[in-house]
Amino acid sequence: MSTADPRGTAPRGSARTAGVIASPVWGVVPFALYVLLFLGLPTALALGTGFVDGEGAFTLDNVAALADPFVVSGFTTSVVLSAVTAVIGAVLGALVCYALIGTRPEGPLRSGIDAVSGVLAQFGGVMLAFAFVATIGIQGFITVLLRDRLGIDIFADGVWLYEAPGLVLPYIYFQVPLMIIIFMPALEALKPQWAEASATLGGTTATFWWRIGMPVLAPSFLGSLLLLFANAFSSYATAAALTSQGQSIVPLQIRAALTSETLLGRENLAGALALGMIVVMAVVMALYALLQRRASRWQR
Amino acid sequence: MSGMPGATRTGVPTPSRLARWGILGTVGLLFAVPIVAMVEFTLRRGLEGGYSLDRWITVLTFDLGPEYRVLGQAIGNSLILAAATVALMLVLLVPTMIVVQLKLPQLRRVLEFVCLLPISIPAIVLVVGLAPVYGVISRAAGSGVWTLALAYGIIVLPFAYRAVQSNLDAIDVTTLTEAARSLGASWPTVIARVLLPNLRPGLLAGAFISVAVVLGEFTIASLLNRQNLQTALVIVQKDDPFIAVIVTLISLLVAVGLLLVIGAIGRGTTRRTS
Repeated sequence: MSTADPRGTAPRGSARTAGVIASPVWGVVPFALYVLLFLGLPTALALGTGFVDGEGAFTLDNVAALADPFVVSGFTTSVVLSAVTAVIGAVLGALVCYALIGTRPEGPLRSGIDAVSGVLAQFGGVMLAFAFVATIGIQGFITVLLRDRLGIDIFADGVWLYEAPGLVLPYIYFQVPLMIIIFMPALEALKPQWAEASATLGGTTATFWWRIGMPVLAPSFLGSLLLLFANAFSSYATAAALTSQGQSIVPLQIRAALTSETLLGRENLAGALALGMIVVMAVVMALYALLQRRASRWQR
Repeated sequence: MSGMPGATRTGVPTPSRLARWGILGTVGLLFAVPIVAMVEFTLRRGLEGGYSLDRWITVLTFDLGPEYRVLGQAIGNSLILAAATVALMLVLLVPTMIVVQLKLPQLRRVLEFVCLLPISIPAIVLVVGLAPVYGVISRAAGSGVWTLALAYGIIVLPFAYRAVQSNLDAIDVTTLTEAARSLGASWPTVIARVLLPNLRPGLLAGAFISVAVVLGEFTIASLLNRQNLQTALVIVQKDDPFIAVIVTLISLLVAVGLLLVIGAIGRGTTRRTS
């Protein structure tokens, strides 16, 4: 860590040692220690335990367990669930953002949508599970309505709300609001001059969107899609509140590994599962960073 | 974050009235269904059918049996955690951000990276490593409710950082500081009387969003066997789903109110700086 600071210590060239003692670097030390202890250390421990057996000796057994069909199916379900809800959420969310073009950012409509989106995207979790039990649970509002009025039994082939397919609707319910929050700034950054230039040259509204709007927004849209994927992939609360026993997706498998100790007859499997999740997240976030760089080209 | 009012009024083609209200109406209706379903659910009158307000009256008059005392205690825990997390943010994150902004600009990218890192590390992964860390903390400092705030300080980092940083970017910290210093202000004076008043909107927004995140947190509390609002809701829901749903509706409403306040604060900042 360099203590050379061109601006802060410039006027006192002579007092070199005093400068080091009073160096502003000390100001960031408490925060650095805190982050190391509560972010760095837990992450390292989570990843490290995957390589350690019950007695503390090095082993690759747990990591090898990532190839177990049970774990593979967990990752597959997680990835498919995240991808499906990310695509649906991104498309619906982008449509809402489009509908909001031209509304006043400080008007009541936008403020209301911003607040509701924030709550559903970040605060929901457990409570969204209750909402969907009340909606499409066995005695849910929509379930009963469809059964009594239209004679349709949505659970004719068994109750799917507490399995992976049951997570699709609740996940979309927090993905769409998240898309609205993260994609709206990109739409707002579209320069009016581009539309004027297009119109002056005889372009129609369709030309503008097809030739300018969509190509410029594409990196932001894909980036947002990746964030939505990451969001669904790491989500735990909704699924955990819906099923107390299920192990269909990776976060639920981690819960089982943490609480029962001997999932698949292995200790420390939670660490290996955590490692797998981090690898997926790292790939997604690296792609996101690439797309961000591309998107920022148009946002100066 | 270009908050130029009126920038989109000319230029970028706006959707037709029909398209706008068609989209907003359809999505709005679909999103209203689960909320309506929850309200309908809480009003149901058991087996004989029909609706009544009885359960709402029970909850709103705090007329619940002793078996729900866990809920009251959990709400207390969540409020303590929210306060402790905000305190942690103000004591650890904010001074660091100011020091980096003023004196260590070469660390800005590093700080940003670190603060946004928790987005890429799922809470469920973090909790695997937090379990042994909390084993040590419990032995050293006991298992007081507040200790969980140390973990929550990490998960609110991305939200708090963004709120405070956008405020730092909007005011010219260097000029303000140099002006104050050249007029003879000491560093404590600069921070207390120049920087903090200018950063108030960002700090408030960061604090409110942190409170919302902490009140909604379930993963870490649940897997470390701590009691907060969300874990208590899951327990209550098993006994009496109606009460859990009523509390859910109230919490959602409170959270929307909280975020409306954040929005108003945010608009306050942009108006003043543009």
